[in-house]
Amino acid sequence: MKRIYSVLVENRAGVLAKVAGLFWRRCFNIDSLAVGETDSPDVSNMIIVSSGDQRTLEQIEKQLNKKLDVIKVKTFSESEAVSRELMLIKVRYNRDNRKDIMENCEIMGAQIVDLSKNMMTIQICDTPERVRIFLETMRSIRIVEITRTGTVALQRCGETESQ
Amino acid sequence: MNGADAAVKCLEAEGVQYVFGYPGVAICPFFNSILNTDIRTILVRQEQNAAHEASGYARISGRTGVAAVTSGPGAENLITGIATAFADSIPMVLITGQVDSGQMGSDVFQEADISGACESFVKYSYIVRSVQDIPRIFREAFYIAGTGRKGPVLIDFPCDVQKETLRSFAIPDAVSMRTYRPTVKGNTVQIRKVQKELAHARRPLLCLGGGVHLSGACHQVREFVEKNHIPAVCTMMGLSALPTDHPLFYGMVGNNGQSTANHAMNDADVVIMVGARVADRSINRPAVITENKTLIHIDVDPAEIGKNAGPNIPLVGDIAAVFDELLKEPAAADYSAWLDTLELYRRRAVHEKAAEKPHQRRAGTVDPRAFIRNLTQSMEKDAVYVADVGQNQLWSCENAVIREGRFLTSGGMGTMGYSIGAAIGAKLAAPGRQVAAVCGDGAFQMAMMELGTAAQYDIPLKIVVMRNNTLGLVRQHQHLAYHDRYSVTDLGGGPDFAKLAEAYGMRYLKLDREEDTESIIRTFLERDVPVLLEVEVDPDEQA
Repeated sequence: MKRIYSVLVENRAGVLAKVAGLFWRRCFNIDSLAVGETDSPDVSNMIIVSSGDQRTLEQIEKQLNKKLDVIKVKTFSESEAVSRELMLIKVRYNRDNRKDIMENCEIMGAQIVDLSKNMMTIQICDTPERVRIFLETMRSIRIVEITRTGTVALQRCGETESQ
Repeated sequence: MNGADAAVKCLEAEGVQYVFGYPGVAICPFFNSILNTDIRTILVRQEQNAAHEASGYARISGRTGVAAVTSGPGAENLITGIATAFADSIPMVLITGQVDSGQMGSDVFQEADISGACESFVKYSYIVRSVQDIPRIFREAFYIAGTGRKGPVLIDFPCDVQKETLRSFAIPDAVSMRTYRPTVKGNTVQIRKVQKELAHARRPLLCLGGGVHLSGACHQVREFVEKNHIPAVCTMMGLSALPTDHPLFYGMVGNNGQSTANHAMNDADVVIMVGARVADRSINRPAVITENKTLIHIDVDPAEIGKNAGPNIPLVGDIAAVFDELLKEPAAADYSAWLDTLELYRRRAVHEKAAEKPHQRRAGTVDPRAFIRNLTQSMEKDAVYVADVGQNQLWSCENAVIREGRFLTSGGMGTMGYSIGAAIGAKLAAPGRQVAAVCGDGAFQMAMMELGTAAQYDIPLKIVVMRNNTLGLVRQHQHLAYHDRYSVTDLGGGPDFAKLAEAYGMRYLKLDREEDTESIIRTFLERDVPVLLEVEVDPDEQA
């Protein structure tokens, strides 16, 4: 089972290490992790996607709450969230596959954001699932390097309202 | 005023009486400033014991223990003590000197990332980056250590910040942390559920953990047990929450516990875990506990509830506060049939024990169980008994008679050598009470340097060393699980304890004949003077 944790933390040195250390020490998975400042500069938001059985997922929430740098933990399933991931992918292209790549990009709504004589960088910002599908389609091409943000997510407005 | 002056002023404001520690250059400003206060400093012989002494002090005084050591190796030596305190939720503030803040991260002499190293076994840690933060940090550290689920808090204190001038000093009146608001009062709805469950229960049982001591709730729990005639068992950390000879007390549970207690646990239809973790050594198969019983779990730490088992009814709160509420209701039901069953179990266990073939001991050794029974029965009512780790601990758990006193041991971490440090701390916390440390010859040799500390500060330590020239519990394990292939458990070369006692100005006694037990114990306890009692134990004795 997958679960998304939206964790508000004090924006202090060392907090990321403490939270990551908690997952390591208690053998919890981190499927993805994204951290950024919120609208108030002393608070950061961590979006942690994890997976495990019911007891583990419950423990993750409780152990996060127990950390003294954690202000608030919200947790929701993927279906209750609007999720996005940004991926930049640099590929080597040639005359033969150039068109295929551009077609793929068009179908999946990806953009070519950088270009040289034989390399291009493509950006895709979409749901984690569509980002995965796009990556699969690119596997036949020579990938030079990839960088991904990990999932960022917000609970769906309807879910937040009903709480 | 500099940072170190501010820090010791904060300690004074917290009512700190003792700082256990060991100096070094990086903590020298602190130890310089402490001379201006009435706080007593205790120089340990190795830093690990500073934490154990602060632990013993904390557990007997009910206050937060304090240790201060230098950077690098000083701080590193403290680590086992911190982890030991964390495992048993002992409130403690640990101050470590650190290299100058400008040099941190450059691997200079005696630099260690102690807050990083300790992260997973402190309740919280600080690095003092700015001198202005000192009053807030110290105030918060004591607050965090001593509230909610208690535990050790580390303050890493760079040397330059200790020396920096602080212009205005004011300790904040109250601690306000948006990230830390422990629940004290139990939820009323949940408390009602507990009462309802007890009204329907036929075989209810309380299982008392270390949280009962930490909350200072022994009195309330005892009143509850007596008022409702509900029987109780305990975990190792919960020992002495009820007098061990209380008629409604049925012993310690777990794989090292008593059969009556485990029978009670198995047969109960409602178990109330009180400040206990449902840990592996107490509950063999926590996952199945709710199959045939209702599990009510009361703990101040919400993360403990449901971590290992169940529960059917979670109840988060401070135990004393929860039992104050529970005591407002009249007795719920009549459990006399259940008590009759338990009495039967108790009698059966006594018979079984009596029928056991006595172990043929080697000449010149005594029965450690009988010795512990005799010793604890002869000790004063409010005495503190500190058991170390190993066979001696298991014999102690089973046989120590603790009435109004306390039983201390390192339960969660099982740290060998804990008893001597803890006994020193306990004796300082309660100079008027009898304190005895009981350890094996293995654990003793891990901490025997502290005889120097005790001698230096005239702390009349009473130490029992159960000597069998072997690491008994591991040897026993090798006997059972490795078919007598004994590996690295022979503890030869042990010291001449008589000479050792003499070297530290302690009286020396030796017990190697059963018939001398009573007179030796009488001499051991007779005056408030330091005594080392060597008790000869057969290495083949099982625990």
